Amino acid sequence: MDENGNIDASLLPGDVDDAKMVSMYKYMLLTRALDAKILSLQRQGRAATYAPSLGEEAVHIGAAFAMRKQDFFVPNFRQHGMYIVRGFPLDRFVLYWKGVEEGDAIPKGFNGLSVSVPVSTQIPHGAGIAYAFKYRKQDAAVLTFVGDGGTSEGDFYEALNFAGVFKLPLITIIENNQWAISQPRSRQTAAKTLAQKGIAAGISCVQVDGNDMLAVYKAVRDAIANAKNGPTLIEAVTYRLSMHTTSDDPTKYRTDADVAAWQKKDPVARVKAYLAGKKQWDDAMEQKTAEEQQKQIDDAVAKAEAFKPDPRSMFENVYSFMPEVLKQEEDAAESANFWR
Amino acid sequence: MQMNMVSAINNALDIALRESNDVVLLGEDVGKDGGVFRVTEGLQAKYGEDRVIDTPLAESGITGTAIGMALAGLHPIPEIQFAGFMYLAFDQLVSHAARFRSRTRGTLTVPMVVRTPVGGGVRALEHHSENPEVLYSHIGGLIVVEPSGPYDAKGLLLRAVHMQDPVVFLEPTRIYRLFREEVPDDAYEVEIGKANVLRSGSALSIITYGTMVQPVKNVVEKKRVDAEIVDIRTINPLDEATVLASVKKTGRAMIVYEAPLSFGAGAEVAARIAEKALYELQAPVMRVAGPSLPYPFPAYENFATPNEKRIGDAIDKLLSA
Ligand SMILES: Cc1ncc(C[n+]2csc(CCOP(=O)(O)OP(=O)(O)O)c2C)c(N)n1
Ligand SMILES: [Mg+2]
Repeated sequence: MDENGNIDASLLPGDVDDAKMVSMYKYMLLTRALDAKILSLQRQGRAATYAPSLGEEAVHIGAAFAMRKQDFFVPNFRQHGMYIVRGFPLDRFVLYWKGVEEGDAIPKGFNGLSVSVPVSTQIPHGAGIAYAFKYRKQDAAVLTFVGDGGTSEGDFYEALNFAGVFKLPLITIIENNQWAISQPRSRQTAAKTLAQKGIAAGISCVQVDGNDMLAVYKAVRDAIANAKNGPTLIEAVTYRLSMHTTSDDPTKYRTDADVAAWQKKDPVARVKAYLAGKKQWDDAMEQKTAEEQQKQIDDAVAKAEAFKPDPRSMFENVYSFMPEVLKQEEDAAESANFWR
Repeated sequence: MQMNMVSAINNALDIALRESNDVVLLGEDVGKDGGVFRVTEGLQAKYGEDRVIDTPLAESGITGTAIGMALAGLHPIPEIQFAGFMYLAFDQLVSHAARFRSRTRGTLTVPMVVRTPVGGGVRALEHHSENPEVLYSHIGGLIVVEPSGPYDAKGLLLRAVHMQDPVVFLEPTRIYRLFREEVPDDAYEVEIGKANVLRSGSALSIITYGTMVQPVKNVVEKKRVDAEIVDIRTINPLDEATVLASVKKTGRAMIVYEAPLSFGAGAEVAARIAEKALYELQAPVMRVAGPSLPYPFPAYENFATPNEKRIGDAIDKLLSA
């Protein structure tokens, strides 16, 4: 799908119909609305540092829709749309970004891990989970994410190498949003593409337009279909339209013109144009969806804000048992009312 | 000039870069962006891209490359963006930076200063509030420094850059912009391996460093207790003599630190007191520290980090023991 929402119908994946496209589009809107909400909470001191996903929604929504229920999700920290499509409770998601461990508690059946802040360190976990699937002869693949910056870390190469050696059902998406905080993609590697990093590991690799939801969908679906034969590396070329995190000031290192050029390639607007062209979407539907989603988000925020942290939970979730010496620390803290 | 810790460190780096062409800075976002805390602001513009180097995102690469630079006669000052990401460089520090001098009997040395922000209290995401001072101190071969204010930060950093050893320089994020103090514009050094008696007193000795210095000072002032406050400043090597002299004088000792209680700096200090000043003690040694847990997410950090109330309660208890 190009920037204006035109598609080459011969490339359209056979299992994508209008209804599915509308559903994907709604998830894009929800992701974007939630993103804006958490950003504003952070600005009011009601959330911790937040990493917006604005402009990168097609990568997450396209990939999430290509996954089957049994496939497993190993995130970095910016894949908000993946959580949402895969049914992570929104209030828990908000709770995580409010800086609460309970927001990282994984609901039963979610088939995914918690946020990984140290970049790239989660990819070997993906390889290990993929090994377990293969070992148990389970028909499931692992989908993991890394940024363009993250591909410079040793763990990235080590994990791809393991996946290649053991022919693991591991799909690694490089979310190339052109920036690692202030550093442009060109500063990370002299290689022409990030996808080609898979070649040295002897694994399949492909580069797609990461702002084209359908291209991402197809690449991930194909990789899953091929997962029993081995790993795939997918470079999704996209752009971080917003700040790195709420602690970042992008005006220090990039120009408005750079951003404006990518705004024209917005991944959400093009889906809307496509659906509108097919009379599957109009302003009234947009309005109604926005209202419904706002309510959904407000409910989630209200629920998250009602959560009261219990300091005992810090002590009681560290080991499978309670060591005597730790119990003493907990009791001392509790009897001093946790030092308030 | 009045400076906060960010400007004092920036000033020290500026002086170090000016003093010697062998000094180079390298790290993630240290150049154009001036570092995520703006500690290296303006230095790339002043000294060029080959002396203030924006690197790829790879902590082991940054540290290992810095070790190579040092072996070749440069004096690198790598920055690791947060101490929580320095674990990716741990192997290079422990297996090589700490050992080159001893394994080659002094024929190869690693003169470098690894700077990294440490500590909590700034509502940061997971891995952004680590207190790893003892991990590096335990190795042998790495000097570990943690200043508690702008003046010491500048002087200790310049001293570190003038040494021929690998120095792990820990910068408490909470103090970065907490307060200003008078910092000379010119170069000066603060001795490494030497504690600072911030306040002399006779009722008890409070041994502390880094982020806990400020709350300790506040409590002592508010409670009007005659406490001696010792800011050890260098974690390794420890200034045992200053600690023992203080404890022998007061007979009561408390160690206050933000890192987890167990196996922390408090254990080392307490053991040395037990070995060499036991008979001068009038009460058991006390420790006030973070809980023996991974550092919590921001919503819980106020339940974990020692605060003035806790320090005050401990002082009462120690004085009545
Ligand atoms: C191991 C590690 N080093 C440093 C950081 C600090 N940091 C957080 S995100 C980031 C840039 C990541 O860039 P990229 O991988 O492209 O992902 P993006 O933020 O663009 O999604 C850095 C340096 C980190 N989280 N983990
Ligand atoms: Mg990036």
